[in-house]
Amino acid sequence: MIDLRHLRDDFPILGREVNGWPLVYLDSAATTQKPVQVIDAVGDYYRTINANVHRGAHTLSAEATDAYEGARAKVASFLNAASPDEIVFSRGATTALNHIAYGWGLNHLKEGDRVVLTVMEHHANVVPWQLIARHTGIELVYLTLDEQYEVDLTGLNDLIDERVKIVAFSGMSNVTGTIGPAKALVEAARSVGALVVVDGAQLVPHAPTDVQEIDADFLVFSGHKMLGPTGIGGMWGKRERLEEMEPTEGGGEMIADVGLYESRWAPIPQKFEAGTPPIAQAIGLGAAVDYLQAVGMETVRDHERSIVAYALKRLDEVPDLKVYGPTDPAHRGGAVSFSLADIHAHDIATILDQFGIEVRAGHHCAKPLTRHLQVPATARASFYLYNTTDEVDRLVQGLMEARTVFGLSA
Amino acid sequence: MASLDELFRQVILDHYRNPRRRGSLSGPHVHAEGLNPSCGDEFSIDLRIEDGVIVDAAIQGQGCSISQASGSMMSEAVVGKTTDEARDLSSTFKRMMGIVEGEDPLDPDRPGAVLGDLEALQGVRKFPVRIKCADLPWTTLTDALDQFDA
Repeated sequence: MIDLRHLRDDFPILGREVNGWPLVYLDSAATTQKPVQVIDAVGDYYRTINANVHRGAHTLSAEATDAYEGARAKVASFLNAASPDEIVFSRGATTALNHIAYGWGLNHLKEGDRVVLTVMEHHANVVPWQLIARHTGIELVYLTLDEQYEVDLTGLNDLIDERVKIVAFSGMSNVTGTIGPAKALVEAARSVGALVVVDGAQLVPHAPTDVQEIDADFLVFSGHKMLGPTGIGGMWGKRERLEEMEPTEGGGEMIADVGLYESRWAPIPQKFEAGTPPIAQAIGLGAAVDYLQAVGMETVRDHERSIVAYALKRLDEVPDLKVYGPTDPAHRGGAVSFSLADIHAHDIATILDQFGIEVRAGHHCAKPLTRHLQVPATARASFYLYNTTDEVDRLVQGLMEARTVFGLSA
Repeated sequence: MASLDELFRQVILDHYRNPRRRGSLSGPHVHAEGLNPSCGDEFSIDLRIEDGVIVDAAIQGQGCSISQASGSMMSEAVVGKTTDEARDLSSTFKRMMGIVEGEDPLDPDRPGAVLGDLEALQGVRKFPVRIKCADLPWTTLTDALDQFDA
């Protein structure tokens, strides 16, 4: 197992206690903790170069603009985008998916067109398409999961026809950890000229992601799920897609010229960044990307694979515990959802919290998936580069305590 | 841990595993449904009210032990009470839980004297994020009573 224990010192919060116990943070699929390098980058921006970007001739504005655009270039390089212009910053992955649905979907989709999704999508990749369906009369069609919690591709050929205009799927599930079968879905979409949208909110933080290799049209990402600040994320879009896409927000920064009745847009990516952007957050994200690149995304992925393998082995020792997700660590990410006997997920989370162990409980913003799994709520432990096998052991101990509290034998 | 034992009292686990009055009513009744969107807990209640008295109640739901036990205990407590008494009960419960302001209604010298089994839920007060779980059935009850009064 790759030992990344030394990295923990970079994360100040990991030194704190919760309810008298050393914190075990197992909720990185919701948001990750931040290394001091990211915290300092945000603080240093405010302490030394705070100014608005892309306007004004003064030194601070120029420095702030360089730092903001520098962050864009870092993200572009991290994702292997052809150009920094193909990176559009926004509030997060959710906002980016809404930009795509409204900016591209609303202007290119018509009644009878279809958008193919999977049942494992986060609400952020479901509800925007439902909103577009109300405007346009498009149909949403779903791929389901098979018994191994993999996207079921058996009916894919029957599903894909010329009505399909967009195939949108999660690169990695935030509930089951399932890795979206990008190659098969991109091929299927291309065979009928459909666009491909990848929800990379979980994929990008946890596995090397090369947008040119995936060859989608859009891929969205979330800054705070990859060591960065909240309030920043965005999308990568192929240049021609971004150029044919309409802006969904008007305002300052996004224009080339404004008349009384008509305006012309700025070139990409500014066309999609109306108003003052989240400057400090973008710079913080740039620092997060630096951090992840210094560790190496292959190393991050290897570490998670081995810690998930250990966690699945240990969880198997807990009586009446059922994991919802692929059993092969090579086929899954770091989110491990489970149920334990008849103990409700919220009760599990409350009990674990008493021992300083922070897990998520509920539907994980993926109600179509929890319905498909026929389990209204699951508990979820999700791992990242700073987690250790000792923490997995603490989790297992906590779950045995939960059994005791609920009067079940150890 | 003491506080966990206070939260998950035996009587709460008993109501969670063996909810009383589970099901639905046929014939004339009012029906109300409650949902905690943030956690997905669901609760619904049927009440038959005759001459201002709740003569029958049935509940359904899914969720954590706190929400479901609270609903089970509530369903037992409201049958036989007038609608006004049921509203008083709800307000007493909410004072015990700190959901509404007011003096703690419980008598420390006589455990169970004021709210019976429901007093077991007072341990939830130490877990502020879980209070809304205990409250879900009671907001649903209020909805049902409001429907009847309307």
